[in-house]
Amino acid sequence: MSFWPWHGLRRGIQSTRYPDAPDTAAGISPGRPLPTEFASAQQAAEAASICPVGAITAVGNRVEVDLRTCVWCQRCRFGANPLRWDLGFEWSRSVSDSRLPGAFARSLHLMIVDAGDCGACLHEVKQLNNPLYNMHRLGFFLTATPRSADVLVVVGPVSENMRGPLLKTYDAMPDPKRVLAAGTCAISGGVFGRTFMSAGGVGSVLPVDLEIPGDPPPPLAILHGLLVVTGRMHAAEVL
Amino acid sequence: MTILRPPVSMFAEALERKFGSAVSRSAEDLYLIEQPEILPSICEFVFWELECPFAGLIVEESEQWELYYVFLLPNCGWANFLLRLPLTTRNVPSISSRVHAADWYEREAEDLFGLYFEEHPRLGDFILHDQVWQEGIAPMRKGFDAAAMHFEKRPQRDWRPTLVVRDPGAFAMPVGPVYEGGAGESIHFLLETVGEDVIRAVPRLFYNYRGVEKIAEGKSVDGVLLLSERFSAKSAFAHSLGYCLAVEEICGVGVPSRAAHLRVLLAELERLRHHAGVIDAICQSTGLSVSEAHAAIIEEQLLRASCEFTGHRYLFGLNTPGGLRRDFENGAVKVLLAAVDAASTQLARLEERLRFSSSFLDRLEDVGIVSPESSRDLNLVGPVGRASGLRRDLRRSLPYCGYGQYEFDVPSEIEGDGYARLRVLFAEARQSARLIHQASERLESGPVCAGLETTAGTAMGAVEAPIGAALHWVRLDHQGRIERYRILSPSFRNWLGLHVAVEDFAFQDFPIILATFGLSAAECDR
Repeated sequence: MSFWPWHGLRRGIQSTRYPDAPDTAAGISPGRPLPTEFASAQQAAEAASICPVGAITAVGNRVEVDLRTCVWCQRCRFGANPLRWDLGFEWSRSVSDSRLPGAFARSLHLMIVDAGDCGACLHEVKQLNNPLYNMHRLGFFLTATPRSADVLVVVGPVSENMRGPLLKTYDAMPDPKRVLAAGTCAISGGVFGRTFMSAGGVGSVLPVDLEIPGDPPPPLAILHGLLVVTGRMHAAEVL
Repeated sequence: MTILRPPVSMFAEALERKFGSAVSRSAEDLYLIEQPEILPSICEFVFWELECPFAGLIVEESEQWELYYVFLLPNCGWANFLLRLPLTTRNVPSISSRVHAADWYEREAEDLFGLYFEEHPRLGDFILHDQVWQEGIAPMRKGFDAAAMHFEKRPQRDWRPTLVVRDPGAFAMPVGPVYEGGAGESIHFLLETVGEDVIRAVPRLFYNYRGVEKIAEGKSVDGVLLLSERFSAKSAFAHSLGYCLAVEEICGVGVPSRAAHLRVLLAELERLRHHAGVIDAICQSTGLSVSEAHAAIIEEQLLRASCEFTGHRYLFGLNTPGGLRRDFENGAVKVLLAAVDAASTQLARLEERLRFSSSFLDRLEDVGIVSPESSRDLNLVGPVGRASGLRRDLRRSLPYCGYGQYEFDVPSEIEGDGYARLRVLFAEARQSARLIHQASERLESGPVCAGLETTAGTAMGAVEAPIGAALHWVRLDHQGRIERYRILSPSFRNWLGLHVAVEDFAFQDFPIILATFGLSAAECDR
C-alpha cells in the first residue's frame, strides 16, 4: 500500500509565486512577436511577407504584429529577418472596460466551453489546476454548472454545432458575468476562419470582454487574463 | 530483427482465386471493383479471411464517384479497393453489416456527400446534427461553397435521441456537450440504463467539426500544413508529419537523415508527453489526487521542455514538406535529454506506487473490458488496441522516418481492461524515452530540409500518432494546390469501440473507462 499523503507532503510547495513575484522558469511561455524596426523598408516588407496568415504588416521600415490573427508558427522568430520576441506572457487585452465588482476579486468561478477547440487552449486552461500554477490559491475555481459561474472562458472558433450549447450556457449564467475569448481561434477564427462551420470567433456570437491571444495562450497568460478581469492587474496597453 | 513480409502477390492471388475477374489489379496497391454488388463480399473476405485491418473509406468526387476502401496488409503496405459509380447514383452497397469497423465511415460519407448506403441500419444525424442542419446538405460536394454563410437552415427543432432500451423503469442519462467540471471536450453521451449498469452507451460527437477537409480544398501545400497541425493539438506533430510524408511521397523528395532522426525525436517527445497526460487523466478520474498532481507535474515539465527546445509547447511550426523548418543545436538536445530522463524517472516512480495502491487498482482491474475479438472486429488502434492483444504499430509494420533502424518494443497486453491500458501507456512512455535517446545518438551534422517542387499526384502518409495509426491522404493538382485532403484519424476508430467497454459496467465506472481510452474529440471531429 502506497502512503500517498506522505509522498505528497514530501514534494513540498511547487506552485509559482506569480503574480506576487515574476515567474521566469524556462518554457512557461512561447513568447510573442513584437513590433520591430528594420534597417530598410525592403527588409521590413520581406519580414512581413513570411507570415502565412498576414498578421504582420510593414509600415515603412517598421513592422506591426496583429496578435489577434497570429498563429504562433514562429516563422518570424527563427527565419531570415527575425522579429524581436518577448518571452513574457502578460498580453491579454480588454475589449470592454468593465471589471467585475470587487466581491469577485478572490472568489471567481469559471465555466469553460470548448466551442470547436483543437485541444491545446483547453489543455492550457486545465493546466491552471495543476500544482505548478494552482489557481485555487488566487481564489479561482472551475465549475461544472453555468448557474454558479461568473466568467465564461470560450476556446475554439465556435463551430456551428456548438453555437447553440454555447449560447445556452451563456444565458444560464447569472449576472454579472464576463466572457473571455482564449486563443487566436476564439478571437478571430484563426486558421479555420469564417466558414459554413466556424463562426470565426466568439465575438460574432457573444459580447467578449477580454481577449487572450495565443495559439495556444500559455497557462500564465490565461491567469493574467483572469487577474485583469477581476481588476487585480492591468491589461496590456500595446498589442 | 528482420520481419518476414508476405509478398503482395500472394494477396492478389488469393483475391483472384476467390473472385476471378470481378476484381482487377490496376496498380501496385489499387484494385478495381467492376461490379458494385460484389463489394460487400470482397470486403468481408479481405477483412475476415485475409485478416487485413480496415483502415477507412475515402470518397472523392471527380467525373464520377470514387470510393476507396483502404485495407492495411500485414507488413506489406496497402490495398485500396476502388469502386467507381456515376455521379447520378446515390446508392452504394453498405459493408457495415459484414465489416463493423466501416459503420461510422459510411455514416460520415452519407452526411457529408449525400450518398446513401443501402441496408445501413442507422444513417443521418452524425456529423451534421439534426437540430442544427436539415437533411440534404452535402458540404463535401464540389459544388458546396465553404465560405457561404447564408444559406437556408431548417433544423429539426424537435430532435430527440433514439432510445433502444424499453423496459419498465428504463431511462436515459444525457451527459454533455458542456459537462465536465475540469475542462472536458464537447461530446454528448447518451447512457441508457434500468438502474445501476449502463446497458447502452452512445457517444454523439462532431460538436467540434470545423470542416478541415473541406476548407483544405484549393489551399496551398503550406496553408494546409497549418491546418494539419492545428486540428488536433495534442498530436500536432504526428499529424503534420503524416501530411508532410504524403506530400513528400507525391513530390518524390527524400528527407535528409538529420531531419528524419529529429522527426523521430520530436514525435517520441510528443508521445511521451501525451501518455503522461492520459495517465494524469486516469489518476484524476479515480480521484487519487496526489498521484494526479504528480502526473500533472510530469506533463507540465515535458511541455516546458518542449517549449525550451522548440519554442512551442505543443510542437507547432516545426514540420514542413521536405524536412524540418529549423535545426537544433547539440547543446539544446542535451538539455532536452536531461528533462526526458527526469520525466522517465518520475513516471517509473509513479507507476511503482500506483501498482501497490489497491484502492486505485480496484477501479481499473476488470473494468471496461474490450475483448481481443471485439477489438479486432472494430479495428481498434493504438494503446487501446494493443491492450486488447492487437499488436499493431505502423512504426513496425510500415516504418517511416527510419524507424526500421531503431530498437524498440511494441508493448501489448491481452486482458483489455483499464489496468491493461494503463500498463501499455507506461510501457510505451518508456519506449519513447528509449527512442529519444537513440535518435539523439544518430544525429549527424547536415541539412534539415530538402527543396520541394510540387507535382500532381496522390499519396497516403501513415504515422503512428500517440492515439494510434493516423493516415493522411493527399491529392495535389497541377498548380500544386490541394484537391482532396482526407484524415483517417485514430480517435475516429477508437470512439467507435468505446461503447463495448462501457456497456455492462456501472455508471461510476464510466469516467474511468473514458479516461483509460485517452481519446480526443478534436482529432475525431476534424
